[in-house]
Amino acid sequence: MAELDINDAVVTTRLDAVVNWGRKNSLWPLPFGTACCAIEFMSMAASKYDLARFGAEAMRFSPRQSDMMLILGTITNKMAPVLRTIYAQMAEPKWVVSVGVCASSGGIYRTYATLQGVDRVIPVDVYVPGCPPRPESILFGIMKLQEKIEKESLSMRKEHIARFYESLERQETIQAEQGLTGQQAIRNMLAGAAERGAGTIF
Amino acid sequence: MVIEHIDAQLPGAITDRHDFRGDQTIVVAKTNFLAVVELLHREGFQLLVDITAVDWPERPETQGVGRFDVVYHWLNLANQERLRLKVPMADGETMPTLTATFKTANWFEREIFDLFGIRFEGHPDMRRLVTWDDFPGHPLRKDFPLDGGDAFCMEGCTAPYNNGERGGE
Repeated sequence: MAELDINDAVVTTRLDAVVNWGRKNSLWPLPFGTACCAIEFMSMAASKYDLARFGAEAMRFSPRQSDMMLILGTITNKMAPVLRTIYAQMAEPKWVVSVGVCASSGGIYRTYATLQGVDRVIPVDVYVPGCPPRPESILFGIMKLQEKIEKESLSMRKEHIARFYESLERQETIQAEQGLTGQQAIRNMLAGAAERGAGTIF
Repeated sequence: MVIEHIDAQLPGAITDRHDFRGDQTIVVAKTNFLAVVELLHREGFQLLVDITAVDWPERPETQGVGRFDVVYHWLNLANQERLRLKVPMADGETMPTLTATFKTANWFEREIFDLFGIRFEGHPDMRRLVTWDDFPGHPLRKDFPLDGGDAFCMEGCTAPYNNGERGGE
């Protein structure tokens, strides 16, 4: 009877590496399309550019069934609490790609109506520049996100998301105690963050 | 033409008028407004196309003329005649609502309240339409800063736009 060589049968690795390998190749996108970036996204997901090559072709319009939020377009201040709620409802672990300048910084809409960058209200992992970005750019953004997932630590991702939940609780407390709408509570929190020199509310 | 009919039946109601390439505009004082609208409705102007407002912050707040023009657009479906009607009014005054005669006036008037802060007396639901309920100020007023005083866009937020005013009654 031949002796079993353990080196042929077993691969040793770190838990982070093997879990992240699985995560990065089975992303489930939630397309949060609010403007023309969503049109470029449709092209990217369709046959010519083919998002399926990266294992992320199954679009889910329910946050419960997705873990990669693609923000495709201008987010108004009125939409900000909705965006936060939907991000909170997504399955963990979750990532956010901010596609285009409107989502990333407000873009040309430097007005009372537009949120000046979604990273003020939810954590963003990758920013894709462009107005709108070409499908290749969005794909490149998703590839960058895959690189990021490959390298990250499982526990740090968990803490990262937990910080957001804390800020959501804070927002709900402000709304209940001061009788404000979600929009106004977020604006007040942003003003407070600006006074502290912080750029975000989470 | 309907303007002659208004002149005949409500003499002196039209305080100003002009006609640019067939675009007829009349200016009516607030006191005569409802009588003129009733006449227009009788004459067949049954489609209220739009209501909007214009802010003229430099205009003096004398009797009958203030910083705002409330602008109504009508279409006569029988003969395709169009008419624009302007009502000048001062800040803090209210306009009578047209919701009883024209259902479409409901959201138009809410939008004007939201963006200009002009209230409509007798409106069944005078809430903001597009911004949120506790939005500070009225953004289409000329003295409202474009960035709304966003804490991250510090330029241009010196105008006095927020005195704790809230939407709704």
